[in-house]
Amino acid sequence: MLFTSYSFILFLLVVFILYYCIPKIYRWVLLLLASYFFYAQAGASLLMFLLGTTISTYIVSMQILRLSNIQKAYIAENKAILDKTAKKEYKAKIKKKQWRWLLVCLFFNFGILAIFKYTNFAIDNVNNLIAVFGGTKQFSFLDLVLPMGISFYMFQTMGYIIDVYRGTAKVERNIGKLALFVSFFPQLIQGPISRYNDLSRTLFEPHAFDSSNVWFGFQRILWGFFKKLVIADRILPAVNTIIQAPEEYQGAYVLAGMVFYAIQLFADFTGGIDIVIGIGQIFGIEIAENFNRPYFSKNITEYWRRWHITMGTWFKDYLFYPISICKPMRKLSKWSRNHLGEALGRKLPVYISTLVVWFVTGLWHGASWNFITWGVLNGVIILISGECAPLYKWFHKRFHVENKLWYAAFQILRTFLLMSSLRLLDCYRDVGTSFKMFGTLFSNWNYEVFFNGSMLKLGISVADYIVVLLGVLLLLFVSLRQRKGSVRQQIAAKPIAINFMVVYLLLMAIIILGAYGIGYDASQFIYNQF
Amino acid sequence: MILITAILLCIVSLYLAQKLLMPKYSTEIFEGALIEDYYNETTDHQVVFIGDCEVYENFSPVTLWEEYGITSYIRGSSQQLIWQSYYLMEETLSYEKPDIIVFNVLSMQYDEPQNEAYNRMTLDGMKWSGAKAQSISASMTEEESFLEYLFPLLRYHSRWSELTADDITYMFSKKEMFHSGYLMRVDTKAAGSIPEGKVLDDYQFSDVCYEYLDKMVELCEKEGVQLILIKAPSLYPYWYDEWEEQMESYAKEKGVPYVNYLEEIAEIGLDFSQDTYDGGLHLNLSGAEKMSKYFGAWLKDNYDLSDQREDETLAGVWAEKTDFYEKMKDDQYRELEEYGYLKSYGAREVIE
Repeated sequence: MLFTSYSFILFLLVVFILYYCIPKIYRWVLLLLASYFFYAQAGASLLMFLLGTTISTYIVSMQILRLSNIQKAYIAENKAILDKTAKKEYKAKIKKKQWRWLLVCLFFNFGILAIFKYTNFAIDNVNNLIAVFGGTKQFSFLDLVLPMGISFYMFQTMGYIIDVYRGTAKVERNIGKLALFVSFFPQLIQGPISRYNDLSRTLFEPHAFDSSNVWFGFQRILWGFFKKLVIADRILPAVNTIIQAPEEYQGAYVLAGMVFYAIQLFADFTGGIDIVIGIGQIFGIEIAENFNRPYFSKNITEYWRRWHITMGTWFKDYLFYPISICKPMRKLSKWSRNHLGEALGRKLPVYISTLVVWFVTGLWHGASWNFITWGVLNGVIILISGECAPLYKWFHKRFHVENKLWYAAFQILRTFLLMSSLRLLDCYRDVGTSFKMFGTLFSNWNYEVFFNGSMLKLGISVADYIVVLLGVLLLLFVSLRQRKGSVRQQIAAKPIAINFMVVYLLLMAIIILGAYGIGYDASQFIYNQF
Repeated sequence: MILITAILLCIVSLYLAQKLLMPKYSTEIFEGALIEDYYNETTDHQVVFIGDCEVYENFSPVTLWEEYGITSYIRGSSQQLIWQSYYLMEETLSYEKPDIIVFNVLSMQYDEPQNEAYNRMTLDGMKWSGAKAQSISASMTEEESFLEYLFPLLRYHSRWSELTADDITYMFSKKEMFHSGYLMRVDTKAAGSIPEGKVLDDYQFSDVCYEYLDKMVELCEKEGVQLILIKAPSLYPYWYDEWEEQMESYAKEKGVPYVNYLEEIAEIGLDFSQDTYDGGLHLNLSGAEKMSKYFGAWLKDNYDLSDQREDETLAGVWAEKTDFYEKMKDDQYRELEEYGYLKSYGAREVIE
């Protein structure tokens, strides 16, 4: 059920009405049933994956809790006879047991993810290797269908169990509530990747009907629809035309494709998240923000702090830090400090951790060398950028450009083009083609296509371009207003007639200008595919 | 108060947007407006034709009136599918009870939804009723949604980029184009060689089609209306012998009259070098008038249809229809002479 489909809108309406009609204490149960119903629409058999993750996580979390309770009871009982060292030893013993349980849970769940997401990729690589060495044996691909949203709910749930192990999240003793945390339908298929401590605060609460929450949530949903239907899906045909025929569309077309895809991806992903957060809000549930005006970033590190925030923080908390401080890394750090010098010895673990994280980030996005290359390149650029920081600092000071508006605009444009260039790997069918197309930006000097009508032959009309342009200008306007805080709050401060007028115009724009219905392919949200 | 105003504003503007964006069928594809034209009728009819283009192009109700005093109406639309015909029949019988319903059987060949554009031409024009809802459900192709029939704005929203002056002109008015459901064409394009029908895998009409045909028979029996099955004398699409056998056998079994006018072309007097405007698919005015005279005579001979010309009310209504018919005929001949093709088709503006 696509968020922008009629069936989803009807489903949401029914759940919304029921939610506020039934007694408050059962409302989270309704959300759980609705979430399972929603997921079952993609195939009832897929529910077993959700259940598998939920049950395994529940069992392990209860085991961790049990061990914690045993530890507490033991220490309380033997308080008088246990000295500090004995206590520490006992705690370490319990922690080890808890660690084993955690490993079981991680292996089981990430194992499922790995099997369904990466098996055929592995087979493909093995087959290629065999062919490279002259072998003829080829393994057949497995008929595996990736369960919808698995990358999102799996990461969210594994984040929870790691937090439980670390003692930073309370164990959810009610399996139904845990099941809802895993499966909450708005964020099930494209995130954000919520933390238990954040989401559980409002997810299980018996919310009373709050008209302002509902009104704000409705506005946020509309804004998401606008981005998705009026901007992303309207420019989609031009993106597809360019990337699906790399032999034909090179040079200036690649530049156009980069910019168009940047617009499409932003409108698609942030639009989807707007819908998710808006749906949460109409139920009184706070869902984490996933974006902070990322295209205003002045460098790649800042960009990744502002784009897909929940994924970035997940990797930072659950992969980067653990790798950075793990025993082998500490040993490596020590060794490198002794053999390579203090500066490099200090940096080496960070370099390795960064590259591992970005390798995994690439792999998370998809089982292909395109994504892996994309991830590693991001990591390399971040490291280079970090290394060049003193140089930049010197340059800014020497030429007094740091607080200059034009220089800030240059930095923003540079970051935008850099990220757009990296995204070519997201567009083209293989790594080679992606690099080749990037090369044609400089080798194929056909920039006259911007002025000779060629851009009107990409599957979208002048009217489409005008709509997209106006939509992008509106996005820009809203982004600038966001610097002063919530735009919805700003609108709410105006007379009520203006409030209604804004919502009304947005609604009419979606209904009339949206790319939906017959004649348009119902386009899945890009991040649903991860 | 503000909330009510806002809701009203929203509803009114959505209604206006829908009116603006819906196709007007005013300068081309006129047949898209056929179905809704029925609701402008002020009097009942003795004979109602139901079916696809083979009825609305091949029969002239004005000729039936002028020649025999028979009042008739054609509820025809392009590629009307058999379930759409059934539900149109059901709807028509809720408005009036004619003596005879004539159904053209060409649509027996289709047993599943075909084309959204044709669906729209039949279904958009119908007034909302249970029959319309069921007809939509039965007709929808996979890409269609019931909601888009309920709120056509959702279907036609993308026409914003192709709006013309006509879309504004005909938001609340329309052209009068039809003559009791007949779409007049006076131009001629002689039939050349008509290709033989291609070999089919299966000539058997499907159970779905028989099911709806059975329902038509039962409905007419229940309502006391005489059902007549016909195959109009269009040379193409090809009418197979195997289909003919099935129809003859069905008609015999059910005791329903069935006439295949392809077999009576000579008796009708049709000359396909003169009486068709598109090489034999449809008759032009000359052909339709010949067909109507022949059919009217057959009706008079076989059924007790009184001559209505003595009825003053009906005479007044049909005099007006006849005037418009003659005027359009003159206009079309004039256009044909002036431009060599039909330009406005002689339609006249009507304020709704």
